[in-house]
Amino acid sequence: MEHVKAVHSMSEQHSIVAVQTVESPVGEARPEAVRKVPKPPYLRLLTPTTPRETVVLGVIGAFVFFLLWEAAHFATSEESRRFLPSPQHVVATLINLIVEKNFLSDVLISAYRIFASFFAACLIAVPLGIVMGCFSRVRALVNPTISGARYLPAASFIPLLLVWFGPTDTQKLALLFLGVIFFLIALILDNTESVQKELIEAAMTMGASRWEIVVNVVGRAASPAIMDSMRNMIAVGYTYLVIAEIVAAQDGIGAVMMRAGRFLKVDVIMAGILAIGILGVLTDILFRVVAHFLFPWNRRRKS
Amino acid sequence: MNRPASPAIDVRSVSRRYLDGTFTAVDDVSFALQEGQVTALVGPSGCGKTTVLRMIAGLEPPTDGEIVVHGDIVHGPGPERGMIFQAYTSFPWLTALKNVEYGMKILKVPRAERTRRAMQLLEEVRLAPSAQQYPAELSGGMKQRVAIARTLAQNPSVLLMDEPFGALDAQVRWEMQEMMIEIFEAERKTVVLVTHDIQEAIYLADRVIFFTRTPGRIKQDVVLDFKAGLRFRKKEKLLEQDGYMRVEQQLFAWMREEIQN
Repeated sequence: MEHVKAVHSMSEQHSIVAVQTVESPVGEARPEAVRKVPKPPYLRLLTPTTPRETVVLGVIGAFVFFLLWEAAHFATSEESRRFLPSPQHVVATLINLIVEKNFLSDVLISAYRIFASFFAACLIAVPLGIVMGCFSRVRALVNPTISGARYLPAASFIPLLLVWFGPTDTQKLALLFLGVIFFLIALILDNTESVQKELIEAAMTMGASRWEIVVNVVGRAASPAIMDSMRNMIAVGYTYLVIAEIVAAQDGIGAVMMRAGRFLKVDVIMAGILAIGILGVLTDILFRVVAHFLFPWNRRRKS
Repeated sequence: MNRPASPAIDVRSVSRRYLDGTFTAVDDVSFALQEGQVTALVGPSGCGKTTVLRMIAGLEPPTDGEIVVHGDIVHGPGPERGMIFQAYTSFPWLTALKNVEYGMKILKVPRAERTRRAMQLLEEVRLAPSAQQYPAELSGGMKQRVAIARTLAQNPSVLLMDEPFGALDAQVRWEMQEMMIEIFEAERKTVVLVTHDIQEAIYLADRVIFFTRTPGRIKQDVVLDFKAGLRFRKKEKLLEQDGYMRVEQQLFAWMREEIQN
């Protein structure tokens, strides 16, 4: 025992000496190092932009686009220039359409068609996708048929829908519905299957019922991803809008553009495209804002 | 304590095979655990110890044999057997408080009672100041505290822990282990702890069941007599006990045998 103690105290002494040697260089003047910080490159990996940068760069990008468009307009020969109107002319046409031609009602009709058909699609796709993701037997029953349906071009349903519904609003809603429903189901199935398995097991060990788990665990866990899928799929809905409103339509943005096409009014066609673009951006913002308030727990942590 | 009471958990000749019976994960394992005993299932990776735990939880059925918990054959999961996972399972869409309340909601505990008990448990796991925070705002150790409190809130008679601190760094793991000892003392549960951390097993358990590597069988079953039925909240106090080193050496030797086989 004596021996052990002696060794112990010796090692302590030793460590104190070691600490002192470490401390000593602090007071001494150290030779000045040649400092040459290399300039970091403009495009840096793993570096997020500041909020200000994000806005500035976005504005610059849009500005460059309109500048190129303007340049293309002036590069076109004088007699064909009306086939490529300048951006400000298109904007002026859009404003004129709204003020003089009641274009806003067409925009609202188009928006109604998009949202109504998409809402109907979600009403089916969200519960079906979640149930397919939760129960492999439902998935096995439904998925092969739905996967096949994804390859059918929505436009190929137009003749059928015209026979069934005639040139009605229902026909247009049905086309937009068919355009998104199958992809929506596939995406929501995916979102549901990505839910961490242990969350389900934890709920099971707590004695939660199957449907409690489907709705309040899997459904809740997948909801932000499902919202994202919806945001992306409604954009696809917009791509079908003009197809839906080309055939047998009197109103809506697409119908206005088709009529303008017959009279070679390129400025009106482009105003229609611009209107769809603006509507699309507003829809995207709407979905993001709703998700922000619906899922406060999913907001990225500010570090 | 003197009469051999019927065991809290009775694992009877349990086997678990996968891939149409071609792969045996657990091979004819039997053991009985007394009420209030803390047992560590220890062994190398892939020895089937987690599979045994999951079968007690009812998350997987045994291919052969049966498991009896408090006189009932296990057919599926149930709230009398609380489980704590290695992965973080606190629900991200609920605040810490609502997470702890969730299990009680399932058991239809009245709202006021739920909140009162949840706050008391958050106090116990030292998380009361974070009651209103979402898991995304909490550290790994804090998320695991939420999961532990949520499980305790259901007042299960059996507590199953699957490598609960495996994802945590050494210091946080130690803090959690100390906290678990306090909880074991306060709540008197029958605990089954799966771990491959030998020191954790000796620190927390009264008994260690050591598994062989694939197929999982019981290699050794030892009661940690040197602790004399005591639990040492301070780890350094445990290390001072006569016999500690021998047990640790023995377990490391068994681990080496299994790894090198």
